[in-house]
Amino acid sequence: MKWRRVRAITVKEALQIVRDPRSLMIALLIPVLQMFLLGYGISLDVKHLPLCIYDRDNTTQSHDLLHHFSASPYFDVQAELHNYADIGRNLDAGACRLAIVIPTGFSKGLADNAGGTVQALVDATDTNTASLAANYARVVIAGYSAQVQLDAIQSRGGQMQTVTPVDVRARVWFNEDLISRNFIIPGVVAMVMAIVGSQLSSLTIAREWERGTMELLISTPVQPMELMVGKLLPYFVVGMLDACICLALAVFWFEVPFRGTLIALFVTTGLFLLVVLCIGYYVSVAIRSQVGASQVALLLTMLPTTLLSGFSFPIDQMPPLVQGVTYLVSGRYYVTLLKALFLKGAPWSELAVPILCLSVYAAVMVVLAARAFRKTLD
Amino acid sequence: MWGRVYQLLIKEFLQLKRDKSARFRLFIPPLIQMLLFGYAATFEVFNVATVVLDQDHTQESRALVDAFVHSSRFQIVAATGTRKQVQDAVDSSTAQLGIVVPQGFSELLRKGQSAPLQVLVDGTNSNTALIALGYVGVVSGTYGQTYALDLAQRTGRALGAPMVNVTLQERYWYNPNLNSRWFFVPGLIGTLCLVSIVNLTAFAIVREREVGTLEQILVTPIQPIEFILGKTIPFFLIGLVEVSLIAILGMLWFQVPFRGNPLVLLLGTSLFLLCTLAIGLLISTVCKTQQQAFASNFFVLNPMFILSGFSFPISSMPELLQWLTYLDPLRYFLVIIRATYLKGVGIGVVWPQMLGLATLGFVLFAFAVLRLRKSLD
Repeated sequence: MKWRRVRAITVKEALQIVRDPRSLMIALLIPVLQMFLLGYGISLDVKHLPLCIYDRDNTTQSHDLLHHFSASPYFDVQAELHNYADIGRNLDAGACRLAIVIPTGFSKGLADNAGGTVQALVDATDTNTASLAANYARVVIAGYSAQVQLDAIQSRGGQMQTVTPVDVRARVWFNEDLISRNFIIPGVVAMVMAIVGSQLSSLTIAREWERGTMELLISTPVQPMELMVGKLLPYFVVGMLDACICLALAVFWFEVPFRGTLIALFVTTGLFLLVVLCIGYYVSVAIRSQVGASQVALLLTMLPTTLLSGFSFPIDQMPPLVQGVTYLVSGRYYVTLLKALFLKGAPWSELAVPILCLSVYAAVMVVLAARAFRKTLD
Repeated sequence: MWGRVYQLLIKEFLQLKRDKSARFRLFIPPLIQMLLFGYAATFEVFNVATVVLDQDHTQESRALVDAFVHSSRFQIVAATGTRKQVQDAVDSSTAQLGIVVPQGFSELLRKGQSAPLQVLVDGTNSNTALIALGYVGVVSGTYGQTYALDLAQRTGRALGAPMVNVTLQERYWYNPNLNSRWFFVPGLIGTLCLVSIVNLTAFAIVREREVGTLEQILVTPIQPIEFILGKTIPFFLIGLVEVSLIAILGMLWFQVPFRGNPLVLLLGTSLFLLCTLAIGLLISTVCKTQQQAFASNFFVLNPMFILSGFSFPISSMPELLQWLTYLDPLRYFLVIIRATYLKGVGIGVVWPQMLGLATLGFVLFAFAVLRLRKSLD
């Protein structure tokens, strides 16, 4: 490998990047767009759920219970309905996500000390929102229940306070306020790196083939390895620039806590970038059309990084076979590392294994990519 | 006119037929995504890895731990001896949840006082943590209630009257078992269709421009409108085939129920395809190279995907973004898809979404045709 030739290719590639300011702008804008979109657009926190009520009891007690719902920040009371058919229509049309039905005789049951049951009809098309909504409804009902008990005791002249027999005292670690943004943003960094890395490199060889400049390139004394290093070097720089933009936005704009060390962060980011660049390059060599290469490269990098890395869906909830597949996804290691660095501030001893896995992955990909290109025309 | 359109159609299909890798890319990626989403995308929380520390060692504390063991939501990975071990387990991610029954737990319970149960949660994934905490509350709440009732009966302390309790009985409509797959798989029809059709349309024209064959076409007697028709009709048909494939696979393989009228879905799909074709055409008018087209697609498609409500509820977004979602055709289409699939409702319910799609489709298409005519002339 001659550095002189590597440098020549690097300069050529860098010039191509610089002289196409639009593409460069795009490469630098992608992280900004992604961070803002996902940072603001993705939230699984549920608030202000549209709620319908159907009060068949219509007494002071039932009004009181419904007041608990309208006072809760989790629900917005949309309409008061008067029959089940209306509830069906509202749920069908998506006008409300949840309908609370208070049965006739509710207050009588309370007066007789028999207790009462409130019905919740939940639109479960969106399963996550549905289960969260039911949870919150349970909390509201529990609050009301406690108040009824307290009132009952006081009306009997009792002094005793109501007691929750088992009092759960939860401490949350790493993401103390359970803000979903704090767990999503580090994942977005991985996603952006996967997109930018693969999209930059996947076009690089295919473009030469499509434009017919490949014959020219093959006729030069450049060696396959030199070509790869020379072509990927400028993109590596652009990628790291993107990483800096992402990280700065994450820490300063979205105020995601960063508890690890910067060195660890840049080492892992560099390794991951190397992996995706090599995947993109490999695809670019294998598929000689730009459209095809970019599409396949995205499929191989962005999709698994989004779905199989633990970024949005917890890996331990997947079927065992799919869990096995996640070990083949480089994003899995990178996302683990990012979360450990951002939220946990984990020590090197804990980072060692995923970093090692990522390094092995990178080494294999470099070898594969380097061997892919042959200096032949067919 | 139709003769020339027909010739162009033949050309497009021949091109597709002879391009093996293009055919491959048309159907394999959607298939892979479908399988990935069907198997990997789940918000359900089962078997949360849990460590338990019982410092009380009484019948009561063991019964409570048993209640956690027997719930399908928790999987006890280890019973530890010290508080430090619990913290280490959560720290090293071997467990997501640590439950500590402190000493004196049963004593307080027996006295009828509130007994604390300490819980340590890894909040890295806030959604899972929140749901897991909810289940901890349910398990310990049920245990506590039963115990208190039992105690009251044994000691006769509650002679006055039993405690009144209000309970919630919830019923989940449309998806009674809260199966995440039923939520994601129908949605994929919209997202996959969006990505592949916009890409196909945009690249089809940009490639001709980049390679130089566009000029060849323009010297033929073909009219701009004929050219546009010839370029869009094949992709419209491909879109329909793709949607049917995904829909059939979803029903047969993943057993997602289809409760509505297929014709409603067909109408929705056609209107949605109109939007995607228009977006593809518009992108092709502003891009000279395929690389630019690729980047533009990304900039357009990604926001559309995120703002559509495919996986993240629109109602949880900031208000400004919520307004923006009204410009997203995928938003309307997803409502139509999910309504026909799971709710089984018809045009009477989803007409506002149909109207939204139709308006967006015609405006975008008219705009695209105007721009394209200018760039072709």
